[in-house]
Amino acid sequence: MQTADKSTITADGLQALLDALGKRGYRVVGPTMRDQAIIYDDIASLADLPKGWTDEQDGGRYRLARRDDEALFGYAVGPQSWKRFLHPPILPLWRAKRDGEAIEVRPEPATDECFAFIGVRACELNAIAIQDKVLLGGPYVDPDYRARREGSFIVALNCSKAGGTCFCVSMNTGPKAEAGFDIALTEITDSSGHRFLVEAGSDTGRDLLAELPQHPASAGDVAAADVVIAKTAASMGRQMPADEVRDLLMRNLEHPRWDEVASRCLSCANCTMVCPTCFCTSVEDSSDLTGAESSRNRRWDSCFNMDFSYIHGGSVRPSTRSRYRQWMTHKLATWHDQFGTSGCVGCGRCITWCPVGIDITEEVRAIRDSEPDRKG
Amino acid sequence: MEGLEGIVGEHRFFAGLDKAFVNLVTGCAKNVRFEAGQYIIHEGDPADELYLIRHGRVALQITSPGRGAMTFQTLGEGEIVGVSWLIPPYRWSHDAKALEQVRAISIDAKCLRDKCEADHDLGYEMMMRFVPVLVGRLHATRMQILDVYGASH
Amino acid sequence: MALLTETPVPPPPARDPMLPRIARVREVRADVPEVFTLEVELEEADRAGLAPFTPGQFNMLTVFGVGEVAISFSGDPAEQRRLVHTIRAVGPVSAALTRLRPGDALGLRGPFGAGWPMAEAAGRDVVVLAGGLGLAPLRPALYRLLAERERYGRIVLLYGTRSPEQILFAGELEDWRRRFDIDVAETVDHADPDWRGHVGVVTTMVPRARFDPANCVAFVCGPEVMMRFSVNALRDAGVAESAIYLSMERNMKCAIGFCGHCQFGTVFVCKDGPVFRYDRIGHLLALKEF
Repeated sequence: MQTADKSTITADGLQALLDALGKRGYRVVGPTMRDQAIIYDDIASLADLPKGWTDEQDGGRYRLARRDDEALFGYAVGPQSWKRFLHPPILPLWRAKRDGEAIEVRPEPATDECFAFIGVRACELNAIAIQDKVLLGGPYVDPDYRARREGSFIVALNCSKAGGTCFCVSMNTGPKAEAGFDIALTEITDSSGHRFLVEAGSDTGRDLLAELPQHPASAGDVAAADVVIAKTAASMGRQMPADEVRDLLMRNLEHPRWDEVASRCLSCANCTMVCPTCFCTSVEDSSDLTGAESSRNRRWDSCFNMDFSYIHGGSVRPSTRSRYRQWMTHKLATWHDQFGTSGCVGCGRCITWCPVGIDITEEVRAIRDSEPDRKG
Repeated sequence: MEGLEGIVGEHRFFAGLDKAFVNLVTGCAKNVRFEAGQYIIHEGDPADELYLIRHGRVALQITSPGRGAMTFQTLGEGEIVGVSWLIPPYRWSHDAKALEQVRAISIDAKCLRDKCEADHDLGYEMMMRFVPVLVGRLHATRMQILDVYGASH
Repeated sequence: MALLTETPVPPPPARDPMLPRIARVREVRADVPEVFTLEVELEEADRAGLAPFTPGQFNMLTVFGVGEVAISFSGDPAEQRRLVHTIRAVGPVSAALTRLRPGDALGLRGPFGAGWPMAEAAGRDVVVLAGGLGLAPLRPALYRLLAERERYGRIVLLYGTRSPEQILFAGELEDWRRRFDIDVAETVDHADPDWRGHVGVVTTMVPRARFDPANCVAFVCGPEVMMRFSVNALRDAGVAESAIYLSMERNMKCAIGFCGHCQFGTVFVCKDGPVFRYDRIGHLLALKEF
């Protein structure tokens, strides 16, 4: 067991980490309680974290509850994901100004904010990697996403509690953070004391870690951390029958299950808003009354919106059935063809935040189970 | 009738037809010519002949008061004018007018119907050739009435 | 956990792909009812880094304060300063575009998309099958084909539209009809009493056209229904599915593969298309509401 690169820090060490990041000019954001949910926002001290709180999640259900300890990260994920900062809901793109006959278009400058994300889960690291592929890995590069991504510092957190709708294990996206972070923490609250196992994942992370008060990790610390992660892995709320989902869905595009789920789906678009990999956007042009100044904003959009697929005279997907099918087949099937991976990271948000509790793992299971045994 | 048999046998419509059947069909056939503007068939007339176009263009039309003659289809070389001879009451359901000089093989419909009745194998060969024409026209007509190029594209 | 992919942060793009260049309207020509052809020219200061367009590509045109819409190039690719677009007013942005007058400014982003595969056509017969306004994205291909005539076999243009007054680029078609190195056949769905030409859907002209189905490419553009039926007609005539190319259309908000709107199953119409080889998307075309 490799203990050489690992150390432990206490809560003081964690506060020192937040302070150090702040001093280096990062905008530090992390989990905090608001409106009876745990969301991501600016945090300055440990007091901003949901200490001693946990969440109870199920299909269409989210409640906060008190824990019997003082864990700082004893909950799963909430309605927001880090795309709120990396791929913001509203982004001004450019302004155009008329001056007589002349007209000039000025781009809105890319952000100069550098974010430090505190408590990024393994599923979220994968979600960020998936959005990187979409927005940075193709023939075109999103300059705003690129700037935000380049400037970001990621403090990952190995989950000590699986959420009621989590299924990262069956999606092979967690619960242990293995790459894509600057620093990774595992919170341990056993008899040896409240501490965090820490490891660096990058040179920037290593530099920062060196400034913090810490102790080298003992074999016992490492084992305790492993136990935490193993316990989380063993208590997933859901499971995705993930074998060959792509082919399963693409050969069942007219399956009666789509009608069944459409009778429940409200086409409310919640799932796309909370999903950490959904990236669809639209643009809005506006101008002042004189037409002298006009501008374009980019904003989040959803394939569940009726006019998402509008072309001359009507929508290509006018029915809820076709729009639900579009979302699910994109997320689990055609994403593979487009970007080489699944679009789903098993975070369970779409299940929790669906007002009628539609469960994407259950939908896949229903279609799979309806097929005659394909083995042998 | 050597020359006519060759002409009938060579027409695209009879491609692959057994020589003996070509012979049978030729027995009902003759060469015809229409000048530009001449009517080939009239709506309501007995469907006594069908025409295999060898050269020239024909407009299929229906005339109505106030709107005059409306062309719903044009046909050309290799194509067939007249399908109503196949089914009772054997009456033409539209006009056909030569748009330019038209040379065609005219086939006596009653003669052909009688020969098909006498020899069902000939009848089968004829059906296998006419049915695709009907199906193709049906599909094309459907597209026409869908007005796919309508106001919105 | 396996981190699914790791994408290195690329350098910032030389130019923000969402930023429009400024262009000026040079000429507006009315064509068939509600259809206008706009010729625009980029302001000198905004020409830097502009790629030449190829037949089948499109631009995103902005009317400042109104919005942006995808419009195909419809002009001669040998002329890269005057950029020609043929537009029908079907919504607020396209309607605003058709109301622009010479001297007015508009925003332009592009060229975007995969165009007609001219290289594939070399040495083969080329069947150009256009329906309605679909002739506009095909016109650049026709200009290129005729400009390098010796590279290709027979060239056949089959053009179908609703009625005689809906025939686009009528003057040009007339010129092409008079040439001996291209076969041009037009047809209408609904004739008027003066019409002496073909009547019937454009697919009926495929069996009448003279080309070698075993050695050709077909470029098809028009309403999706018309394209599906055209593919059937071409297939019936013996053309391989791998020799048929369609130009698809879907809702677009960015044209660079980010907004997600133009997705058609596995492909993004903006960057994988709009021109697709039929055998790549044929199975998707058969699906309803996909």
